[in-house]
Amino acid sequence: MKKYNLAFITRNCGKIDPHSIDSYIEAGGYDTALNIFSRNCENIINEIKKSELRGRGGAGFPTGTKIEIVYKLNITPKFLVCNADEGEPGNFKDRFLLENDPHQLIEGMIITAYAAGISKGYIYIRGEYNKAIGILEKAIKQARQKGFLGKNIFGSGFNFDIEIYSGAGAYVCGEEFALIESIEGKAGRPRNKPPYPVSAGIFNQPTLINNVETLSTIPFIIREGAEKYTSIGTPSSKGTRLVSLSGNVNRRGVFEVPFGISVHEIIFNLGKGIPGGRRIKMVQLGGASGPCIPPEMIDLRLDYEEFDKNGLSMGAGAVIVIDDRHDILDILRNIMVFFRHESCGKCTPCREANRHILNILDKFIARTATEKDLSTLESILNVMTDTSFCGLGQAAPTAILTALKYFRYEFLSGIYKEFEIRNAV
Amino acid sequence: MLLETVNKEARKSENILNALLEYQKSKDTNHISEEELAKLAEELGVTESRAYSIITFYSLFSTHPRGKYIIQVCNDVPCYVNESTNILEEFENYLEIRVGGTTHDGVFSLERTSCLGCCNMSPAIRIGEKVYGNLSTDDIPRIISEYRRKYDEEI
Ligand SMILES: Cc1cc2nc3c(=O)[nH]c(=O)nc-3n(C[C@H](O)[C@H](O)[C@H](O)COP(=O)(O)O)c2cc1C
Ligand code: SF4
Ligand code: FES
Repeated sequence: MKKYNLAFITRNCGKIDPHSIDSYIEAGGYDTALNIFSRNCENIINEIKKSELRGRGGAGFPTGTKIEIVYKLNITPKFLVCNADEGEPGNFKDRFLLENDPHQLIEGMIITAYAAGISKGYIYIRGEYNKAIGILEKAIKQARQKGFLGKNIFGSGFNFDIEIYSGAGAYVCGEEFALIESIEGKAGRPRNKPPYPVSAGIFNQPTLINNVETLSTIPFIIREGAEKYTSIGTPSSKGTRLVSLSGNVNRRGVFEVPFGISVHEIIFNLGKGIPGGRRIKMVQLGGASGPCIPPEMIDLRLDYEEFDKNGLSMGAGAVIVIDDRHDILDILRNIMVFFRHESCGKCTPCREANRHILNILDKFIARTATEKDLSTLESILNVMTDTSFCGLGQAAPTAILTALKYFRYEFLSGIYKEFEIRNAV
Repeated sequence: MLLETVNKEARKSENILNALLEYQKSKDTNHISEEELAKLAEELGVTESRAYSIITFYSLFSTHPRGKYIIQVCNDVPCYVNESTNILEEFENYLEIRVGGTTHDGVFSLERTSCLGCCNMSPAIRIGEKVYGNLSTDDIPRIISEYRRKYDEEI
């Protein structure tokens, strides 16, 4: 049988006690962090570059390259931020890692900070994750007591400590500059880029921001070597990644999968199919700002190149299954309600377009839309994608844009009486 | 000092968000009034407008009094396709309030929340710091009475 569920970074999950540092140490934890001090920073950065690890927060930027940029800046202080704001509907893999293996994240942060020459780290975690916050607070305290965090860690001369900063209910704070504003104690509204956070982040100092999963992968790569990591996956996408599987599927949860696995395998082999023998109506990938694909496309493989070729994005790895009891336009409406609520209101395209799109969708749902509504909708979506100030507004139209491509008849049935397909089920 | 109720770590001005959150949490009404905000801003050494911009931006804050227990129902897609709307309606019927409302006795408020990151146990809700998942409408009376009991014990 093919092995779908690998355990590179989830190997401790469910096996060790997340409340106990000793439990992590017994499983070999912190050995890697202690061994890095005899290696130089370039050496560690090269290992990470060789692993071809790409950011798991959504954008997929090469992690080693980002660390190197910060490493090369001769400015102090520099900051490391772990982005644990996870707020996009359908994503819960970071919570899984935080609640099950907090020390792996801390170890990953120590290694990354050492490689980039950083002495202060933050974990920016959403305020709703109370359980994870409690676990992290305890883990950091234990790590300080054992000397893994603090001044002159194990006589290496390297200082590093971590502070937890919790958000207060704003999805946009996952965006890098909104997050930085929030850490600076302000409302979390994005800033202009460039300059990028790597050169001018928190209080204008160089700031390396990485996702929970990205940082949790670092100990594996340094411990086992890039070669082992890249032995799994496809030519364009190496290693494993976590998938958050939810919606209408029998077994929902977080799965660590090798790149190259198909969406079909995720839903049917790991997720055990659709409840009640129903059929898939659509699958949304990545989260609320990700593409909606029809069941005919689920042979699509988790692979950066394959996604690119199809004009799709993988986002943070969510797979949301929607069965045939549901109406596509209704689901799209729900998605836009999320974005209307979460738009920070800083820029006009995003603030206004969300409302207009909802109004037009309502006409399609009431089946009173016209051809003009369809062209207006398409033009608003494109303007929003092209002119929004940050990633929230730029990606918010993705679900509808892909639905217009793959489920166009659903929209046409909102205009023309002869399109009765929509309510066929 | 209003911030006396808040632990020392959270009182530092670089952690305004946390200080304000902790202060709000210490109140039965789960809100920060304008008068309180003015004092809090002074204690934290920031302008009132800055403090105001924070509490109006983040959804965990409120400027109006709310219930002691805030029931946040998630209704984003993974919950929605697992019938979260029924859960929301059941709470509305059972508590005889609409979303956004507070019961007359000030015990419960009902709110819609964005995804709680618990989609694996959708439909999910959050009350205070606790998450409840895999809910069916039958669970609602039990959950409400659990909190009514808790309220009576604390008062
Ligand atoms: C609106 C918005 C929300 C985001 N939310 C998150 C988040 O919750 N967690 C995260 O890691 N990245 C999030 N990102 C992506 C981050 O801005 C950033 O790219 C990422 O944290 C970088 O880390 P990585 O390179 O390890 O992926 C978000 C981006 C946008 C535009
Ligand atoms: S795109 Fe939306 S979230 Fe981003 S800055 Fe503009 S209004 Fe704010
Ligand atoms: S959609 Fe409800 S918890 Fe994620």
